[in-house]
Amino acid sequence: MKKKKGAQKIVFKSEKDFPLMPMSIGSMLFNKTGAWRNIKPVINLEKCIQCGICWKFCPDVAIFIEKEWPVIDYEYCKGCGLCAEECPTKCIAMVEEEK
Amino acid sequence: MKKEKKMKLSLPEVELMNSGHMACQGCGATLAMRFALKALGQKVALCIPACCWSVIDGPFPYSSLDVPIFHCAFETAAVSASGVKAGLEMVGDKETTVVAWAGDGGTFDIGIQALSGVAERNDDIIYICYDNEAYMNTGIQRSSATPYGAWTTTTPVKHFKNRPKKDMEAIMAAHRIPYIATASIGYPEDLVKKVKKAKEIKGTKFLHIFAPCPPGWKSQPEDTIKLARMAVQNAIFPLYEIEWGEKYTLNIKLKEKKPINDYLKIQGRFRHLTKKEIVFIQEEVDKKWERLLLCVNGSK
Repeated sequence: MKKKKGAQKIVFKSEKDFPLMPMSIGSMLFNKTGAWRNIKPVINLEKCIQCGICWKFCPDVAIFIEKEWPVIDYEYCKGCGLCAEECPTKCIAMVEEEK
Repeated sequence: MKKEKKMKLSLPEVELMNSGHMACQGCGATLAMRFALKALGQKVALCIPACCWSVIDGPFPYSSLDVPIFHCAFETAAVSASGVKAGLEMVGDKETTVVAWAGDGGTFDIGIQALSGVAERNDDIIYICYDNEAYMNTGIQRSSATPYGAWTTTTPVKHFKNRPKKDMEAIMAAHRIPYIATASIGYPEDLVKKVKKAKEIKGTKFLHIFAPCPPGWKSQPEDTIKLARMAVQNAIFPLYEIEWGEKYTLNIKLKEKKPINDYLKIQGRFRHLTKKEIVFIQEEVDKKWERLLLCVNGSK
């Protein structure tokens, strides 16, 4: 529900820094997937009925609920448009990204 | 702004999947994992063979899930999970649920002997197959889960697939395991309910989740949920449960089936089909639905 803290990219300076077992030691949160998108969703909160469907169907976990209202995290949103398609009141619009 | 009201959410709030994963836009498999982890909670270990999810999770020193994952060989998803469970029981951990999470290639074709062995021994694991109807990770090759008439890179338009999809639920039902269910990402509440139910049962549980894949199906990323919902309403992928291989329960009862045309029209992989072939697919779907209704009515 709440936004998670971002993680750092891991850099191994030498072979000695490698973990002994091939196991994961970091989170993919450093990978800002927001750069992938061409169109971005914008929520019009005037028409929002707080159903939570956009939060439910976000494959990138980029929609959070803050103080009972949905908020989009543009650092990770890949711009697939699922939230705009599924919104019952169509209050999410897909807007062209500014270059 | 309007008066604030309390937001009612239909799914558990726990979020074990992080942003920043490597999935395509509008990926169905990612949503399947998100809903399943919401139901399973923190005490879970995953075994993932070579499939889309071994890529989505991220490269070596990173992971996008907050639960332990064991990346295993392609054909060993079920036995790896069974081994992890046996190991956990040896050290006295009886709470942790072990889940084998495989794609349709790793379940229908390559992993079926390991899955059959585990089902025969009735080891205490949950086997979840997310079905995107081809080998999407390696570049859209045909699998035995690909439906009739679909285009893939190994079944091009001139020689499209001319055999129907394998009926995996019937194969698993023949093993007489305690719980088999089909679920769809278009109905998340139903999916969460089924995974929670599977968690409580002891023995091998098999879940088959329908997860559309926009790049492989040549559909638009925003239509993922629409396609998953349409497949249930067309009776291409009906939602039902089987207990002990005998008791069938239908979850979404259809008053009238919608015609199949709309479902095929928005997917690029079915664009070459002629009217004759569409009628043939409709007949096959009707026959399969009648067979299922017979099973449901027979077990009452």
